[in-house]
Amino acid sequence: MTAPISQFNDDGTLHHFLTIEGLGRETLIQILDTAESFIDVGHREIKKVPLLRGKTVVNLFFESSTRTRTTFEIAAKRLSADVINLNPLRLSTSKGETVLDTVKNLEAMHTDLFVVRHSYSGAALLIAQHMPQHVSIVNAGDGRHAHPTQAMLDVFTIRQHRPDFQNLRVAIVGDILHSRVARSQIHALNTLGVAEVRVIAPKTLLPTEVERLGVRPYHDMQQGLQDIDVVIMLRLQLERMQGSLIASEQEYFNLYGLTNDKLAHAAEDVLVMHPGPINRGLEIDSDVADGPHSLILSQVTNGIAVRMSIMAIVMGGQSTRRED
Amino acid sequence: MSQIRLQNIEDLLQVMSTALGRYLERTPLMIGIHTGGTWVAKHLHASLGLSDVLGSLDITFYRDDFTRIAMNPQVKTSQLPVNIDDRHIILVDDVLHTGRTTRAAMNVLFDYGRPKSIVLAVLVERDGRELPIQPDIVGQRLRLGDHQHVKLFGPEPLRLDILEKPV
Repeated sequence: MTAPISQFNDDGTLHHFLTIEGLGRETLIQILDTAESFIDVGHREIKKVPLLRGKTVVNLFFESSTRTRTTFEIAAKRLSADVINLNPLRLSTSKGETVLDTVKNLEAMHTDLFVVRHSYSGAALLIAQHMPQHVSIVNAGDGRHAHPTQAMLDVFTIRQHRPDFQNLRVAIVGDILHSRVARSQIHALNTLGVAEVRVIAPKTLLPTEVERLGVRPYHDMQQGLQDIDVVIMLRLQLERMQGSLIASEQEYFNLYGLTNDKLAHAAEDVLVMHPGPINRGLEIDSDVADGPHSLILSQVTNGIAVRMSIMAIVMGGQSTRRED
Repeated sequence: MSQIRLQNIEDLLQVMSTALGRYLERTPLMIGIHTGGTWVAKHLHASLGLSDVLGSLDITFYRDDFTRIAMNPQVKTSQLPVNIDDRHIILVDDVLHTGRTTRAAMNVLFDYGRPKSIVLAVLVERDGRELPIQPDIVGQRLRLGDHQHVKLFGPEPLRLDILEKPV
């Protein structure tokens, strides 16, 4: 990440949404409050508002996705945008075209907003650096770096149930090392001022110096879950693992898989979350995933309103930038 | 501005209430536009003793200048607790100026349902219309200069003021 590029317009409003890092509390609160207003749209007879009428949104997923891509598509459509879904893995890039060439060609078709997912950390930023001023980029996950819309929908879901962040203890459990979701969640939770963020994982699945992100590391579930209000489970990203980071899946589940027994160490009304897709019986037991503490499906529903909010905010004021 | 005299708010609300009396037999549903319109509507709703709960509309997502200005950081949620299909609506705003807010509000309403009729009640009607929209019920009519702006402060007590825009 060399050339500096700001996520902000000159007036301090958001132009891109690439990472939570560097965003202030007020910006995060604005995203959450605006999302709150969009929740209502999903309950109406006509589930559309005209904010992005005439705008073209391109979903550009260089990595596979079901939930994220679908909720972005629904979100853009509820804002009345036209949406194009591309899976360039099967398109031009397999013919040798570079990512930037692909995006520049799409921009030449007068598209307005790109939602980008790529396995390379920094991909969304790189694309933002090469776009004309009126085009906005929303990061839908780049490598191990960031997945900021997921983190926002997670804090939104937490806020619905526990609005008082100052007294909140949150534990993120599992494959922190490979998780862009965890990085974004940690930034969001700390920016919003939660009392404590813990990460619980075997040493092999924690980044070195993880404390510098503002978290307290644990290697034992019983200790780590003590008095916790929110548990966020992460998917074990076996496809990103090179070499043996865990002894066996069975041993991992025994030590770190979330079961009702382990959950008993947390606060009585603990909330259980997971960004999906879940590996039942690997990082989470079905009894917990489908149990009364689970908010996993609310997270999916809330993903639509939160992504509407983020797209609407970055596109606000867009046509004034086209002229300069 | 010595020529422009703002009337007492209580008097304006009284004028509006009396004029709205002729719509009461339709058992209308009253809806205020955020934020000033909701304040005014609250008073009218109480003095008319309407049975249905007061609704409120936020038009942020329907503004026609959205892509020219940034998102309003204080978006409110529209609250329409009653089904508006086939209902007679009294839409209330504080100031009718260009007509754009009213247009946006009607667009919002039609995304919630199909009302039987809509009448527009405003505390102040000023000049400067940019769309063919006129009020049915008016508290006070004002003619203001281009550099002038009438604003309602509230919620309690309600106070109208004429502000001079910096040239």
